[in-house]
Amino acid sequence: MDNIILIAIAALGGVGFVAAVILFFIAKTFKVYEDPNIDTVEEALPAANCGGCGFPGCRAFAEATVKSAKDTKSLVGLNCSVGGKETMQEVGTILGLAVEASDPLIAVIRCNGTPTNHPAKAKYEGATSCAFAHALSGGEGGCQYSCLGLGDCEVACDFDALFMNSETGLPVVNDKCTACNACVVACPRDIIELRKRGPKERRIFVSCVNAEKGGSARKNCQTACIGCGKCEKVCKFDAITITSFLAYINFENCTLCRKCVEVCPTNAIWEVNFKPRKPKAERPASVVERKVSPTAIEGKPIPLIVTIAAEQQQKPENKEDNKENKE
Amino acid sequence: MGILKTFALGGIHPKENKLSVNAVIETLAIPKQAFIPMGQNLGAPSKPVVKRGDKVKTGQLLAEASGFISTPIHSPVSGTIFKIDNILNSSGYKQLGIIINVEGDEWDEIIDRSEELVSNIDYSSQEIIDKVKSAGIVGMGGATFPTYVKLMPPPGNTAEYLIINGVECEPYLTSDHRLMLEKGKEIVVGTQLLMKALNVTKAIIGIENNKPDAINHMTELVKAAEGISIMPLKVQYPQGGEKQLIKAAVNREVPSGKLPIAVGCVVQNVGTAFAVYEAVQKNKPLFERVVTVTGKAIKKPSNFLVRIGTPIKELIDAAEGLPENTGKIINGGPMMGKAISSTDIPIVKGSSGILLMENEESHRETESPCIRCSKCTYVCPMGLEPFLLSKVSKLGKFDIAEEEMIMDCIECGSCQYTCPANIPLLDYLRLGKNKTGAIIRSRGKTG
Repeated sequence: MDNIILIAIAALGGVGFVAAVILFFIAKTFKVYEDPNIDTVEEALPAANCGGCGFPGCRAFAEATVKSAKDTKSLVGLNCSVGGKETMQEVGTILGLAVEASDPLIAVIRCNGTPTNHPAKAKYEGATSCAFAHALSGGEGGCQYSCLGLGDCEVACDFDALFMNSETGLPVVNDKCTACNACVVACPRDIIELRKRGPKERRIFVSCVNAEKGGSARKNCQTACIGCGKCEKVCKFDAITITSFLAYINFENCTLCRKCVEVCPTNAIWEVNFKPRKPKAERPASVVERKVSPTAIEGKPIPLIVTIAAEQQQKPENKEDNKENKE
Repeated sequence: MGILKTFALGGIHPKENKLSVNAVIETLAIPKQAFIPMGQNLGAPSKPVVKRGDKVKTGQLLAEASGFISTPIHSPVSGTIFKIDNILNSSGYKQLGIIINVEGDEWDEIIDRSEELVSNIDYSSQEIIDKVKSAGIVGMGGATFPTYVKLMPPPGNTAEYLIINGVECEPYLTSDHRLMLEKGKEIVVGTQLLMKALNVTKAIIGIENNKPDAINHMTELVKAAEGISIMPLKVQYPQGGEKQLIKAAVNREVPSGKLPIAVGCVVQNVGTAFAVYEAVQKNKPLFERVVTVTGKAIKKPSNFLVRIGTPIKELIDAAEGLPENTGKIINGGPMMGKAISSTDIPIVKGSSGILLMENEESHRETESPCIRCSKCTYVCPMGLEPFLLSKVSKLGKFDIAEEEMIMDCIECGSCQYTCPANIPLLDYLRLGKNKTGAIIRSRGKTG
């Protein structure tokens, strides 16, 4: 009886030992060296696996950073937008490199086609998918650049940072936005853009992507950018360019002086998180109130008073600009 | 008449509602302004050759073809070019187009305007193809594929049968039916021209059995014509689809991803045959077509001979106005047509009908979950599984969609029509087809 048990133990033990020896040598020969830093860096990352950095997941990003640190001794072009500055600094400390602080970004919605501004002329019935609606038709209100309001961006957002507002039919971005780029990719009409968050979350941007001529753009939407060029002229910092009847504010050059917001005749330029302006004698309505002013609804030319006032302030410069333009 | 032929797989039989069947084709008045979009064919849009302020005559060249799969466009009216600008097309997107202010109706001299039938064919095959090409003829059934491309089989393929599509399986539409009744002789000559161009000896005109008058009329006419036969077909949607018609007429199956020429067939619509007759025998480019204006509430369902570029609202006015309870205007038939958002959209070469739906019947029912009844699979004429394809398209799994042959879908809408859960199957299939096609094309580019 005892014998059988001993034989069994010896046999199993023997097999186990031989296998252990084989496995030991295999492990030695076929060992793949992996930089331990990769694991450390990966732990420092937010593990959101959102792909916002351009790599398929946090592990791939960690590998890329370690490789870049080894090869080029820098982390240029690598940024985890979700973790932000702190995370990148931590990664830098692990790899012993200084990290240049990049400005945090946030998604902005460049369309203001609310039912008031961009009234629906037809009704869409069909699959709840912007990608499909975009392929099928120009949209309910007639503007073929406008937000379709079916929420592909909302579905794409992994961070609960973007929700559709049922009243306006437009998406709203909140502070949780990590600039992962998912909504930008999901939007079939390229309405969403990643822009600098700005000091105290203050931002100025053109809330329109309509590249039609002014007249046709305005026919469908009260707050469309008509490409009049007033903002371009008033901007002292060369931040505004107009291509195919559409203004674009380069956030690198913009100093948030708000002059363009004042001159915009259609309120297409938006300012966010600014304090309301002090009411002045020549400027009766504040910008916030102007957004849906009654004149805008009736389709008459919007706040002329403001435009004239702003132009008077800028008169000498404007004249020069006009001359240049004519030449 | 023995057992009527039809295609093998699936199919549905929606209510026919051919309200305008007895309405004789009327010539519609020329509009005051004509809007001619440049993208009137499948493939590359045409390129304008006129400029603002130019005087044009009816039938004069407005835009030339730009690329292999592209056709020229001719002026449907005479007058002055008002503008070359972006105009609304049937999808609601703006597209480059020419706007002409109409002045009188002066035709190009080379067009033979007499009603006389010219039945002698004194052109060679190549001459016919050249004439078809320069007349800007596209498939008049709605797909608007340039006709001359179909008449030139790629090397290694030869055509054996010419199949003329007089099926008109879409409910409501009657333009092809009326054309066969009124212009039957011309269609027969057009068919002979197409046979000569393709160098085939056999032509079959397929007509569904719900048009007995057209079948009898055409049978009379083809008695004298050698090689042309009339084939009555069982009423089944989508028999007007190329692949379905080939299966029904000659019992051949077009392999997946191949063109009908792979099985020796070329399919042309009766409207195309008529346009070919006019182009070759009368030197008349394609600038007018027959359009059905119909709907349950409309006072006078009609068939109009319309110049290309006429805004849809003029057609509706001619049919005695927009009924008050109109809920939806569809450009095309109820199955494959597209709802339009404005009546300013012009008639193009591919418009076969304008359907006004009543408000009650124009809305979609609420969607409920799939109950796996497999009705969609049963009716799919291509033998696909629409429930699966729509699901994977919705989830973005386009690799599975490709494996399951989503690219074979002909977008006939039978699945969505039959779905008891009111799932917008075709919507997701179209989305999936669109995205999968883009992926396949990009793969081709990168190698």
